[in-house]
Amino acid sequence: MPDLHVTNREGDTKTLPGRPGTSTMEVIREGGIDELIALCGGEISCATCHVYVDPVFADRLPPVSEDEDALLDSSEYREPTSRLSCQIPFSEELDGLRVTIAPED
Amino acid sequence: MSGTTGWSGRYDVVVVGAGHGGAHAAAALRQHGFTGSIALVGDEPRLPYERPPLSKDYLSGDTPFERLLIHPESYWQERDVDVLTDRRVTTVDADAHRIGCDDGTALEYGHLVWATGGAPRTLSCPGHELDGVHTVRTVADSDRLRAELPAVTRAVVVGGGYIGLETAAVLRAAGKHVTVVEAQDRVLARVAGAPLSRFYEELHRSQGVDIRLGATVERLEGDSQVTGVRLADGELVPCDLMIVGIGIVPAVAALRAAGAVGSDGVEVDERCRTSLPDVFAIGDCAAHRNRYADDAVIRLESVQNAHDQATVVAQVLTGTGARYDAVPWFWSKQYDLRLQTVGLSAGHDATVVRGEPAMGRFSVVYLRQGRVVALDCVNAVKDYVQGKKLVARQMRVDPALLADATVPLKELAAVTPAPS
Repeated sequence: MPDLHVTNREGDTKTLPGRPGTSTMEVIREGGIDELIALCGGEISCATCHVYVDPVFADRLPPVSEDEDALLDSSEYREPTSRLSCQIPFSEELDGLRVTIAPED
Repeated sequence: MSGTTGWSGRYDVVVVGAGHGGAHAAAALRQHGFTGSIALVGDEPRLPYERPPLSKDYLSGDTPFERLLIHPESYWQERDVDVLTDRRVTTVDADAHRIGCDDGTALEYGHLVWATGGAPRTLSCPGHELDGVHTVRTVADSDRLRAELPAVTRAVVVGGGYIGLETAAVLRAAGKHVTVVEAQDRVLARVAGAPLSRFYEELHRSQGVDIRLGATVERLEGDSQVTGVRLADGELVPCDLMIVGIGIVPAVAALRAAGAVGSDGVEVDERCRTSLPDVFAIGDCAAHRNRYADDAVIRLESVQNAHDQATVVAQVLTGTGARYDAVPWFWSKQYDLRLQTVGLSAGHDATVVRGEPAMGRFSVVYLRQGRVVALDCVNAVKDYVQGKKLVARQMRVDPALLADATVPLKELAAVTPAPS
């Protein structure tokens, strides 16, 4: 199973088993990390699953859609590496992906 | 998860109701450093899960139950929250700080958080108890509905609110003949303005849904299984399945019997405190004064409200102090169209349509005395995000500017002075 490395707001990193066919948001949630609220459950209606993605993986991620871009714009903490984790399907290709949970707006 | 029945004990906090609000109240207490004991009591045999997909992707079979869990089972153990499933709280003794459940469980509490939501409102006409008549509130409801679907040809949905329209979309996509029966003269009448109603009526009709407005149900026909719906005008609409989506009744009987003040739900103050000592109420059942409703006392049936009120209770109980003042938001998905709402449109006196409804991409901006109070955005996430600021500040904006979809709302938010 591909691994996902998640760093929380305290700076602690946890390695979670990824489940292909689910989103990165779901992998984080199933890993019991509650800082990631993901309130709309992946319906791209909030920005509470905001993460920063290690730039090394940038070219392996799906492009940011217009809708995701608009929602990320609602965060005061948007960075060039910002993504909504519900918009990144997890896959073998993303094995070893590193994400950091963004501050809460 | 504990299946123990007849359990007795004392917890510093007992949360009653294991939906979005209850689950987050327990989780947020731990996030805010609460170290006391916590029980989360729910009347379903499940760990807390997301309800919105029950009328959408779970009903269609696209999302399995495991993906709806709000937290994995290990989470509750690690956070030392006792999840007491499959029992309903039937008595509250506010003086003794004690609750009783239908399975004999008796718990004493330091603080009680009432997060029970509501039960679906049902029909009361003749035939309302026939087989094949469904409501959608729990995963068991959705499972029962799904189990019958393969044998269903014709379905009638009573109620043109979000649950009714979302389930109509799923059934239609599954190839069923679907009739929506709505008593008002437009769908979504309770929650949205006429332009949005007309759009959704047109959308569903274009998908082949038969929408009957101003139509009321006289009785349901059938011996044991529903076979049709007799409307007040005498027409019989045949069906082999019915979905009733006509709102909820707040589940507050035990709390009201204990003396909590309220008429529709239980009343809470800005810190979500009920009139009973050490008892909070949150979510769908909590009637609160809401500044986005022109300071009216309302109940809000949404994930946002349940979640944000739960956060307030956790902050109050951990001494960080908080008032509930969150901007309401909501979403719906029907067919391939995404609706996002910010603010509350009830009480609006003007609407502005922005964008092209004919292209399936537009927003309805709601104004009250010249101020922006809400937006309904269809496939228009940018308006939803940028309009939030207009709603939060209840800004006065020239309707002609709002109607110009080439002007981003954030530019209006930047130039418009704050309300005086």
